[in-house]
Amino acid sequence: MKFIPNSNIKNSMLKEIGLNNINDLFSDIPQKIRIKNIELDNGLSQQDTEKKLREIACKNKSYHQLTSFIGGGIKPHYIPSFVKSIISRAEFYTAYTPYQSEASQGFLQAMFEYQSIIAELTGMDVANCSLYDGVTSLGEAALMCTRINRKKTFIIPENISSDKKSVLKNYTKGSELEIKEIPYDLKTGKIDLNQLKKNVDGNTAGVYIENPNFFGVFEDDVDTISKIVKDAGSIFVIGIDPISLGITKSPSEYGADIAIGEGRALGNPMDFGGSSLGIFACKKEFLRQMPGRIIGLTKDSESNRAFCMALQTREQHIRRSRATSNICTNEGLCALAAVSYLSWLGGNGLEKLSKANFENGQKLAKQIESIKGFKKMFTGVHFNEFVIKCDEDPDKINKKLLQKNIQGGLLLESEYPDLKNCVLFGITEIHNDADIEKLISALKEVSNV
Amino acid sequence: MYRSAMYDKPLLNEIAHIKKDKIKSIDTFPNALQRKEKVNIPDLDETQIVRHFYRLSQMNYGIDSGIYPLGSCTMKYNPKICEEIAGWDDFANTHPYQDVSTVQGNLEIMLELERMLCEITGMDYFSLQPAAGAQGEFLGMLITRAYHELNKDNERNEVILPDTAHGTNPASVTMAGYKLIEIPSTKDGTVDLEMLGKALSEKTACFMLTNPNTLGIFESEIIEISKMVHKAGALLYYDGANINAIMGKARPGDMGFDIVHLNLHKTFATPHGGGGPGSGPIGVKIKLEKLLPIPRIARKDGKYLFDYNVPQSIGKIKGFYGNFSVLLKAYIYILMMGRDGLKEASEIAVLNSNYMKEKILKSEKYDMPYKQLRKHEFVLSCEKLKQEKGITAKDVAKRLLDYGLHPPTIYFPLIVKEALMVEPTETESKEDLDEYIDVLIKIANEDPELVKNAPINTPVKRVDEVGATKNPVLTWKMI
Repeated sequence: MKFIPNSNIKNSMLKEIGLNNINDLFSDIPQKIRIKNIELDNGLSQQDTEKKLREIACKNKSYHQLTSFIGGGIKPHYIPSFVKSIISRAEFYTAYTPYQSEASQGFLQAMFEYQSIIAELTGMDVANCSLYDGVTSLGEAALMCTRINRKKTFIIPENISSDKKSVLKNYTKGSELEIKEIPYDLKTGKIDLNQLKKNVDGNTAGVYIENPNFFGVFEDDVDTISKIVKDAGSIFVIGIDPISLGITKSPSEYGADIAIGEGRALGNPMDFGGSSLGIFACKKEFLRQMPGRIIGLTKDSESNRAFCMALQTREQHIRRSRATSNICTNEGLCALAAVSYLSWLGGNGLEKLSKANFENGQKLAKQIESIKGFKKMFTGVHFNEFVIKCDEDPDKINKKLLQKNIQGGLLLESEYPDLKNCVLFGITEIHNDADIEKLISALKEVSNV
Repeated sequence: MYRSAMYDKPLLNEIAHIKKDKIKSIDTFPNALQRKEKVNIPDLDETQIVRHFYRLSQMNYGIDSGIYPLGSCTMKYNPKICEEIAGWDDFANTHPYQDVSTVQGNLEIMLELERMLCEITGMDYFSLQPAAGAQGEFLGMLITRAYHELNKDNERNEVILPDTAHGTNPASVTMAGYKLIEIPSTKDGTVDLEMLGKALSEKTACFMLTNPNTLGIFESEIIEISKMVHKAGALLYYDGANINAIMGKARPGDMGFDIVHLNLHKTFATPHGGGGPGSGPIGVKIKLEKLLPIPRIARKDGKYLFDYNVPQSIGKIKGFYGNFSVLLKAYIYILMMGRDGLKEASEIAVLNSNYMKEKILKSEKYDMPYKQLRKHEFVLSCEKLKQEKGITAKDVAKRLLDYGLHPPTIYFPLIVKEALMVEPTETESKEDLDEYIDVLIKIANEDPELVKNAPINTPVKRVDEVGATKNPVLTWKMI
């Protein structure tokens, strides 16, 4: 049998321990609930399995068959081949959580390096070695705020993804934390500062903003926002897109206490939305309230440099019901991809990458706006995503684009009734001029019909 | 004799020349946000990076390196074909929001996987959204909450757990806002029905149980347990971390469980990735289906689609639809194993475990408290070694490393003193099991000083974990 080397010798093994039949090992399962078989098909050979999967795969269109301009926080990025080579080292990917540090020095060091690079990127003092994704990082951040200051409201912008809102609601259900939404400015697409000021008070556990925000717009009034948050004695949580950090200030430069984000774009494929990489970093003073695994540098018994999991007393396997989070399995391998990718980019490469994303974002927006019937919705400066208002029903436009093997923008109206006929476009460094031209000429064609 | 590869291991920032360059500013960019200096991260050539991480990988132990019998972790071999297919362009490079007509393959796989998991567990419906077992538990608790709220049964604020529970169970319970009631086990190591009866009340929302439990013992009174829990109006939750013991033999759904989570990165052979990504789908009985996260996957007129129209759904607990790449690997594994293969996997996992247990106990070097027949895992105690020679479970674990063998889980479950929790899985050969048994016995006979000073053949000697917590150095800037 596949992957079961002792199949052929099970009878002799049974005999060796004084048993006759394999069922003797299951005699403690009551007759009433025993089953004979699972109602599944018989197993396939590897060869047949591969063939079947080829057939299923044909029913998908990858980015390479379907030029995609859809936004919403996840987009295709270039991944150099060596990243896959590193994360395909079986010593890494077939390892468990590094409980036994002496046999896990390689992964532990890599995670220490990941934490160090995330700390540099965000400007924060410390980072953990990953949470599930950027979405759950927000849930954990909100819980962390109320653990720190025991206050009972958490403030978010109205324009964050619906996934984030829903997950946040669920993560905070057990905590009596009330979530308050601050509207965005219909003209700029940025957070409404007056409303923010009105709502942040002594009862506010934390305030969350994202940069760039869900509409792709930069929140550039950060100093004002930071002051509002600090004056109220609240905790400032900033959501970042790591790809933008080559040209934008790090969140610590404008007052972040906790920085979170989705790190998938750093060397990991889209994978239909998962796997993912939850970035989580904070100021040193809040370290002991941080969720997730943290790797520390220490010494071995001969005073050599060594690594191990640190501050485990925050975690579920030690602290049980009083842990800072229930998280156990995280996204370590995606963090490994991220650290190898980032050390390849370096500071120069990251700046170039950020600029390429920014410039492509400006270029595409400008060209779409030049077509009759399409207008940029917001005046705020955007990064690599932006909202376009269409004269026609964008759903119909998208259907027509699809026939030309183009994936148009994300429809926003059902989530945001104010944004009638609006779509969220996204573009990255992997789109070249020919891709842009393909979309623009298709848009001209379909909007003229 | 085993020797791990060992390198002088400079950190990335010690290899790289980091320059603090100024950034060329962009005219059209908001000034308040403009970065002034480049990000201070290493800038290395591909050759340097590959060699750095290649060397680090050589100082790491994975399931491909050898046996990895971590109890309750089900470290089985991860078939290579799953890795390869999950990397195919048609899967890896799909966007979660692209038109559903262009990802019919992905949805087919997800719906099929849901159906397979239903068959394996005896549940009616599955959600693939949770990213890990602990998140599955948390979702299970949210569903429990929503269920009682729907029934206007709002006084239920307690969740009961046996004292053998995995650490994630109590953590998930409190995260969902429930009060935790822990009940002690019987002298057999199983659920104490009398204690359970006393703990159950109109305040009980749920009883969480692992079966077989973390001692590797099947809870034979499960039908009675289920009756008691349901009679009290509570739900019964199955922690599926140990389901590798019973596939094709018994199903939690038939035992009366209402909610089940599975760890695809355990039973269904997807790799642990040094910590993740994993996947922790949950299955429910029909009465809870309407509460499952959105979107549900459906099939209509031969086409697969996402159904968001589930008004009573708890919403979402993770971005998008779960860890798809992991789901895909588990799907491929189940396809290959099929009905007979999965059953055989459980049979041999239990055989391997009992084979090891018998041989080790025969040596009389280790004890095994509680009931004798075990399933896929068993828990030894090093108490005798500690009393006689001062050797602890941790010492034994570290000495195993010197033989190139990964230790079992140690000091868990908490009710066994000096615990070694051993789960060999079905993918280990008899020769590997025999070697492990021999080494465990040999260690018990070794000079205690040698064992207490282990490991010596690893890239570093015994690591000071207490120091890492007392004086946390968590980034290279903090060195």
